[in-house]
Amino acid sequence: MFEGFDPVILARIQFAFTVSFHFIFPSFSIGLASYLMVLEGLWLRTGRETFINLYRFWLKIFAITFAMGVVSGIVLSYQFGTNWSVFSDKAGPVIGPLMAYEVLTAFFLEAGFLGVMLFGASRVSKGMHFGATCMVALGTFISAFWILSANSWMQTPAGYAINAQGQFMPAGSWIDVIFNPSFPYRLVHTVIAAYLTTALAVGSSAAWHLLRDKDDPNARTMFSMAMWMAALVTPVQILAGDQHGLNTLEYQPQKVLAMEGHFDSHPHGAPLILVGLPNQKEKRVDYAVEIPKLGSLILKHDLNAPVAGLDTIPDDREPPVAIIFWSFRVMVGLGVLMLTLGLWSLWARFRGKLYDWPLLHRFALVMGPSGFVAVIAGWVTTECGRQPYTVYNLLRTTDSASPLAAPAVGTSLLVFVLVYCFVFGFGVWYILKLIAKGVERHEPPLEESAPIRTAGIVPGPYQPEVEKAP
Amino acid sequence: MSPDPTLATIWAFLIAFAVFAYIVMDGFDLGIGILFPAFEGEERDNAMNSIAPVWDGNETWLVLGGGGLMAAFPLAYAIIMPALYPLIIAMLLALIFRGVAFEFRWRDPGHRKWWDRAFTIGSFTAALSQGIALGALLQGIAVTDRAYSGGWYDWASWFSILTGLSVVAGYALLGACWLIWRTDGTTQGHAYRLAARFGALTIAAIVLVSFATLTLSGNYFARWLTWPAILWVAPVPVLVAAIVVAFVLALRRKAEIAPFLLALGLFFLSFTGLGINIFPYIVPLRVTIWEAAAPGGSLGFMLVGAGIMIPIILTYTGWAYWVFRGKVAGEGYH
Repeated sequence: MFEGFDPVILARIQFAFTVSFHFIFPSFSIGLASYLMVLEGLWLRTGRETFINLYRFWLKIFAITFAMGVVSGIVLSYQFGTNWSVFSDKAGPVIGPLMAYEVLTAFFLEAGFLGVMLFGASRVSKGMHFGATCMVALGTFISAFWILSANSWMQTPAGYAINAQGQFMPAGSWIDVIFNPSFPYRLVHTVIAAYLTTALAVGSSAAWHLLRDKDDPNARTMFSMAMWMAALVTPVQILAGDQHGLNTLEYQPQKVLAMEGHFDSHPHGAPLILVGLPNQKEKRVDYAVEIPKLGSLILKHDLNAPVAGLDTIPDDREPPVAIIFWSFRVMVGLGVLMLTLGLWSLWARFRGKLYDWPLLHRFALVMGPSGFVAVIAGWVTTECGRQPYTVYNLLRTTDSASPLAAPAVGTSLLVFVLVYCFVFGFGVWYILKLIAKGVERHEPPLEESAPIRTAGIVPGPYQPEVEKAP
Repeated sequence: MSPDPTLATIWAFLIAFAVFAYIVMDGFDLGIGILFPAFEGEERDNAMNSIAPVWDGNETWLVLGGGGLMAAFPLAYAIIMPALYPLIIAMLLALIFRGVAFEFRWRDPGHRKWWDRAFTIGSFTAALSQGIALGALLQGIAVTDRAYSGGWYDWASWFSILTGLSVVAGYALLGACWLIWRTDGTTQGHAYRLAARFGALTIAAIVLVSFATLTLSGNYFARWLTWPAILWVAPVPVLVAAIVVAFVLALRRKAEIAPFLLALGLFFLSFTGLGINIFPYIVPLRVTIWEAAAPGGSLGFMLVGAGIMIPIILTYTGWAYWVFRGKVAGEGYH
């Protein structure tokens, strides 16, 4: 099996598959950790039971999501070596330390305090417990910081020299490496995406319960919080995306040209191609629907600015256009829908109908997965847009792979697909089941709730006088 | 920027520390998974909940070991990972099943027995792959021009299977000793019997692997059985023998903490023995730590972070263990 396949293509599919699957979980847990921090903070401040109910409810979902994120993340940290060994050897001295810092400053922090956050409510003070929640939330953010710095360095490398063995070496300041040109934009855009994704998922589960009982106090609080996020953060995200795009145009022009479908140069203002079928062989977009000059307005903020096309880029340096063209449109289209939801919720709030407008709730319900889809689509856009390189313009993907035979990679790819679909399918099913059941009126703490952790499992302090089990 | 031999040596010890921390901390987690079929019902709940708050932190040492290797010794990482490809993939997939089982087994009582099986099979497979990988490295891998040049199942041999099973036995011993410490009642009674059984297996494994390793290469043999090297390394087998005696006595008098600490001692001495065989190589007998090291600029930058962060990590990790100290029991439910 797999004898006739190209091992590099198989390795690329495997990395794309495992990283896309993984990305779903942190994009939820980054947002959820902060949401939990806000809920627990509000509870400590106001003492309102709704907040602790919601905290305990979402903590169960956080636990599942986080576990799936951890186990799918370890795969990635080893896959650099197993499947991209030449890349690891060459880029390791520069991006390896960034990932080491991620482990040292983020992974241990999250993992160390997660146990107390999940099971420690009855063993530490309320303040200590809130501190643990804050540390986990901080850990998720720091983790995003370092891994996006490493990823951005692959997109816009800086602060390096190349030695005799072809290895990238740090040269000059590590600040240049860490804060490479695309990093600040990518960090802002990705972290906001995680918050928005979480808000849409929370809003969707609230809408599901509001459609059944519009007086459900827990669902109301969730829905209101989620819709504030959708209304206030979506416009910020669109602005951040625009800035990120301008940065990409400066440092990785061919990625933006592929996103826009500009095969030809436009010296007097480029149109905006809304839809069409990119045809990379013939170097044109078939059946294009365009708006004149709008492309230049978006890319250069000037109607008549010239835009160079992919015709200025040698063929062997072009990324695959069709996939980027479409993934970008999926992301932007969903962004527009998110903005619609946010504005609609503001209108509903203004009219006093936020909890009493079934059509709005239905819309919020179907928008539940939209954040995840948009995040993956955005990721596909930026990663495929970096092709045909792993380190942009410096190290080709085909020169980065491990010396592995196709049957080895093909088999592992097949097993990854089967295992991920099976294991994470169950995980998602358990999460949906919890959401469908909804928040209870008096949500018990995780370590006491019978079906969750069976009878008093997580121990109290050692009490020697307690009788042994019968 | 050029390699810096001192920094490279420091990083070799730091990565060895991370790997050892992983081996003992996830060792008892995986061991509990391996022993899971020996327990039932509430015993399983107790066994699993004694590690539920800490397993994730324990596993993070594996990420530090792997990530640190990539950062500090990129050439070694680039050679070893493809050489052990099927083993690493099997370990990663096994750790997925093991990790999610902690959460999933509570989600649906009808599915529990399946996730319990996943927990055991995952733990066993992860331990076995790690052990086989160790054997494969010791017996040597083919390297040509900065890359692995062998096939994708060169790792399979009688020796690597022996080391694989040895690690399974050793982890099971750690798991049993952990349960002696952290449980009571019938769970603890079970754990005493398992500790005796897997203690015997582990000791047999240490002896077998030690002698088998000597036959692999003259280099290994010279480290142990030539004069005057023998004087320097003799304390290792002598201390192993002493710990074995203390371990047997501790089980006899039903000590609760001593068996775990003595099992850790066995692991530490075995790990030291491994270090004596391997140093200064990082890909045994092929690539030294100095050949594989990243430039001084990378190692120095990371050393600042490691120097500041590792003490902090050890502090809050210790605190988390302290919060969950004491026996795991269903108090109030008897």
